[in-house]
Amino acid sequence: MSSTSEADATDADAAETVDAAGDAAGTDPILTVDGVRKTFGGVTALDGVSFEVEPETLTGLIGPNGAGKSTTFNVISGAIEPDAGKVTFDGQDITGWAPYETSSRGLVRTFQIAREFETMTVLENMMLPPKGQRGEVAWRSILPGVRGGVQADEEELFERAWEMLEFFDIDHLALEEAGTLSGGQRKLLELARALMLDPEMLLLDEPFAGVNPSLEQDLLDRIEDLRDRGRTFLLVEHDMDLIMEHCERVIVMHQGQTLVTGSPEEVRSEEQVIEAYLGGEVA
Amino acid sequence: MSGATDPIASRLPDPLAGYWERDIVKIFGTLGVVYALYLFVGFLLGYDLFGQLNSLRRLTFLVVVYGIAALVVNLHWGYSGLFNIGVVGFMAIGVYTATILSRPVAGQNPTGSLPGFGVPLALAVVAGILAAAAAGYVAALPSLRLRDDYFAIVTLAFAEIVRITFKSSELQEVTVFGWTFGTGGGRGIRTFSNPVRDFFETTGQPLVAAVESLGLDGQVVTDWAFVFVLLAILVGTYWLIARLSASPFGRVLKGIRDDEEATQSLAKRTSSFKIRAFVIGCAILGLLGIVWQGASSGYITPGRFLPELTFFIWIAVIIGGAGSNTGTVVGTILFVGLVLEGPAQVRRVVDEFVGLSGTAPTFPDALGALGGGNVDPILLYVFDQTSALRVVLTGLVLIWLLKRRPQGLLGDRREVASSIDLEERVEKRRQSGSEATPQGGDAD
Repeated sequence: MSSTSEADATDADAAETVDAAGDAAGTDPILTVDGVRKTFGGVTALDGVSFEVEPETLTGLIGPNGAGKSTTFNVISGAIEPDAGKVTFDGQDITGWAPYETSSRGLVRTFQIAREFETMTVLENMMLPPKGQRGEVAWRSILPGVRGGVQADEEELFERAWEMLEFFDIDHLALEEAGTLSGGQRKLLELARALMLDPEMLLLDEPFAGVNPSLEQDLLDRIEDLRDRGRTFLLVEHDMDLIMEHCERVIVMHQGQTLVTGSPEEVRSEEQVIEAYLGGEVA
Repeated sequence: MSGATDPIASRLPDPLAGYWERDIVKIFGTLGVVYALYLFVGFLLGYDLFGQLNSLRRLTFLVVVYGIAALVVNLHWGYSGLFNIGVVGFMAIGVYTATILSRPVAGQNPTGSLPGFGVPLALAVVAGILAAAAAGYVAALPSLRLRDDYFAIVTLAFAEIVRITFKSSELQEVTVFGWTFGTGGGRGIRTFSNPVRDFFETTGQPLVAAVESLGLDGQVVTDWAFVFVLLAILVGTYWLIARLSASPFGRVLKGIRDDEEATQSLAKRTSSFKIRAFVIGCAILGLLGIVWQGASSGYITPGRFLPELTFFIWIAVIIGGAGSNTGTVVGTILFVGLVLEGPAQVRRVVDEFVGLSGTAPTFPDALGALGGGNVDPILLYVFDQTSALRVVLTGLVLIWLLKRRPQGLLGDRREVASSIDLEERVEKRRQSGSEATPQGGDAD
């Protein structure tokens, strides 16, 4: 059994190489993860993760529980430093960068369980992220003369935040404390908040978990809309149908390794692999 | 929509509750009630005008100095989630630095006490503030990588190291490069003369004389003037921290308090924000150390900077509610007026009316007497222990708060962090929005 899967994995690697060669002629990948390894004590969480994400695509990252999807996200975003391997974003080596550095660079993540600032209002949540706020320098926020500039910035920021809230249809919650929102609303807020940084690429960790079907459709529409406007998405998701239907490319992980990378059709055709590791969910 | 959640507002009749909404009314309302209690006690004890003024002055002084420290704790803990229980350490650094620098140079000090560097007082005060800020930076730099509780341990240890260093006999008097100076060790050190007092002994003398001609002790003028100077510092601190917390800077601090990891992944270098907030607070504490411990009594000893003082300041914040400046001040008024000074007041009243006499018995003796039907010894015993009573009362208040209102009196009050009024902007947008689409929006 295991020998078969290894053979498949090798095949997949080969397929990936071909893919990469083909893509090189077109666009450069925006994100490249190359041979990333990470062990926690004796447990190997990532054992050679390699994949590429094309710009302006919706790419799905799937795999059974414990496959290392969230750890991969943590490595890319900088929350965890890898033992080996390289992460390249937009032509720049970002391996081992701190989370504030990767997110400043335009690579922003959301969390599996929404992490809103629960004692702050929705609007404050939205106004926190933008970079280069003059009012973040303490004395500028205090000094009477200079403070006018900070206030002008805040007016502008409010307008932007309000537009984003309207885009996500949560403007009616603007003054609510974020901690009182429902699970689905929190997911919306987290995505909206991440977008306030105007990122090139978003890493979404199970953005649809706990979101009701109609809201899920809304959220998907918005993500696709944003992709069409030039943003790149890498999302972890367990709903196979959703991944197969909406993602241009799919990365399959298992036991800390990338197994297959390809279009949904290609991945679907690797039926044996899928069946072996995902229990035939997509068969 | 906002606010009728605090326990006082919900018990007030409507017109009054409307007034209560305002921060200034909350603060002065509480202060007024506590003042009235003290005046009543003074009346019971038959104080004259001087006595009353003096009792209120002592209360106001303590409220103001505790209030400044409590506001800093609120900046650190309430707004930024920095568990600083080394408050006294930074006060000690501020006042010791200012004192050692401002002591006259060896040979010029007439009293024969410890010499220093002879720096003018104003400069020495600035240096003291900077030294406290620098100490805050040094304490924060390595330890901000630690989790909340470990950070707390570091700050507590830091404050104790500072106190014990100032207490050590090795540093009592040293000579380095021909300069002789020292901390005075366990015996302490004479600080500097209070500029406010100096003023009223010279230029302000006519004012004192005028008050004395009314038949009052001239001391009242000097003492109250000093309290007003401290009050100005409190107002300044309140203003500073209120502005800071209602700004993009404060917004990031609140983000860190709620979820530091999420703040980091939103392009914020959280360690820098934490250090800045910590250092700002420590600078204020340095100034407080100078004006409270240094200027008011003219003498400092390491014994004034025991951790107990830090804990009392914390309790004031806990009563008022962390995360609210107004709550912090209200909490300080209640804590100082009722818990810290309350037992001594009650004791005075009991002394006056029950007429306890004799020396305080031991606890078994008092119990024995109580068994024999004699209440006096147990009362005598209880009220002889004012400082212990404080701690007992503090414990009771904390238990009551934990059960009834863990967030503090005004703790869940919303203070939106922005340099502009966001609620007003939202209202405006909603109105213009509903005019455009009269039926829209509220469907879900």
